[in-house]
Amino acid sequence: MSSLFSKENKQALLQPLGFDNPILVQVLGICSALAVTSQVEPSIVMGLSVTVITAFSNVIISLIRNTIPARIRIIIQLVVVAALVTIVSMILKAFAYDVSVSLSVYVGLIITNCILMGRLEAFAMSNGPWASFLDGVGNGVGYAWILIVVGAVRELFGNGTLLGFTVIPQAAYDAGYVNNGMMSMPAMAMIILGCIIWAHRAWSDAK
Amino acid sequence: MEHALSLFVRSIFVDNMIFASFLGMCSYLAVSKNVKTSFGLGVAVTFVLLITVPANYLLQTKVLSEDGIFGQDLTYLSFILFIAVIAGIVQLVEMIVERFSPSLYSALGIFLPLIAVNCAIMGGCLFMQQRILMDPATSSQAIANIGDAFIYALGSGIGWLLAIVALAAIREKMAYTNVPKPLRGLGITFITVGLMAMAFMCFSGLNI
Repeated sequence: MSSLFSKENKQALLQPLGFDNPILVQVLGICSALAVTSQVEPSIVMGLSVTVITAFSNVIISLIRNTIPARIRIIIQLVVVAALVTIVSMILKAFAYDVSVSLSVYVGLIITNCILMGRLEAFAMSNGPWASFLDGVGNGVGYAWILIVVGAVRELFGNGTLLGFTVIPQAAYDAGYVNNGMMSMPAMAMIILGCIIWAHRAWSDAK
Repeated sequence: MEHALSLFVRSIFVDNMIFASFLGMCSYLAVSKNVKTSFGLGVAVTFVLLITVPANYLLQTKVLSEDGIFGQDLTYLSFILFIAVIAGIVQLVEMIVERFSPSLYSALGIFLPLIAVNCAIMGGCLFMQQRILMDPATSSQAIANIGDAFIYALGSGIGWLLAIVALAAIREKMAYTNVPKPLRGLGITFITVGLMAMAFMCFSGLNI
């Protein structure tokens, strides 16, 4: 029995945060990354939900991986994920109704988030529950921080706020500074993400 | 009739799956390297949408809603049932394509079974579920009957097809341009899609 935080497990947790980031390198789960990031708060909620769902669906699939027939595994994985998403969506509706309204269909779309299916296929089907849990958390957090960065940039330049608090001082507006309304449009999410990928590639090539 | 036409045009241009709501992005970015394959995928997505959205419309109105056969609101089951319907239909389409067009089958590769987890399909169904609640008299997005569901599915599918073929055409040309090295591939594709989305924003005032 290897220790809980053996080298491999640490790798599973930390690799997706930087070098092997699910969004920047594997290009998975882009849809929701773009659609919900017009502000920081929904980005945080979305990132958190995805992290929880990835971690637990990884654990569940990893526990039952030896009993799943190979031919119908996709449907089984989808059902497990859909059940978890239903639970998360109900919790959001109960405790964070405003955010769940602003996320609208994108909570349901976590089911079809490629990160989940990708991790289930690539990792949980061939690893133990604890390692799968760490891998799920790592990928979820790797996904979440990109969302939060894009959300922060868009909210800061689009509304001059962060998490709803005004950040850009009134003096700047008096001096002629104007919010960039373009930033709250969906198109800018693509361009910001493109720039983040650019920076990430340049950084990992330099290493 | 007027409502149907308006719904159709709006779902192609204004509520475009890719440019307005970013659905189906993963396969959109991965398969759009040449026009022929992306056209095949676009047709497959349209076809799957055309079957699943009306099927899930019937499921939602006849089974899950309060006036359905169980007489109670079962909407909380919709995620699981929708995805099961989609997965089943995609399996079917996969078999049909494999039988009748092996070249398309091998060109699409892993992305054919992955249509099951294509957000465009699930997104289409979830948007359809939201739009049932709208009032057709006031909103041109409302879906009031099964015919509207068909039209919505067809429109969104064609919108997706247009978007992926357009991007593939641009990327074929872009292969010859001198892009900075870290930006090559994915980065520049994202920025291109962003600019295309901006262009599509011009349609947002469209009203019929």
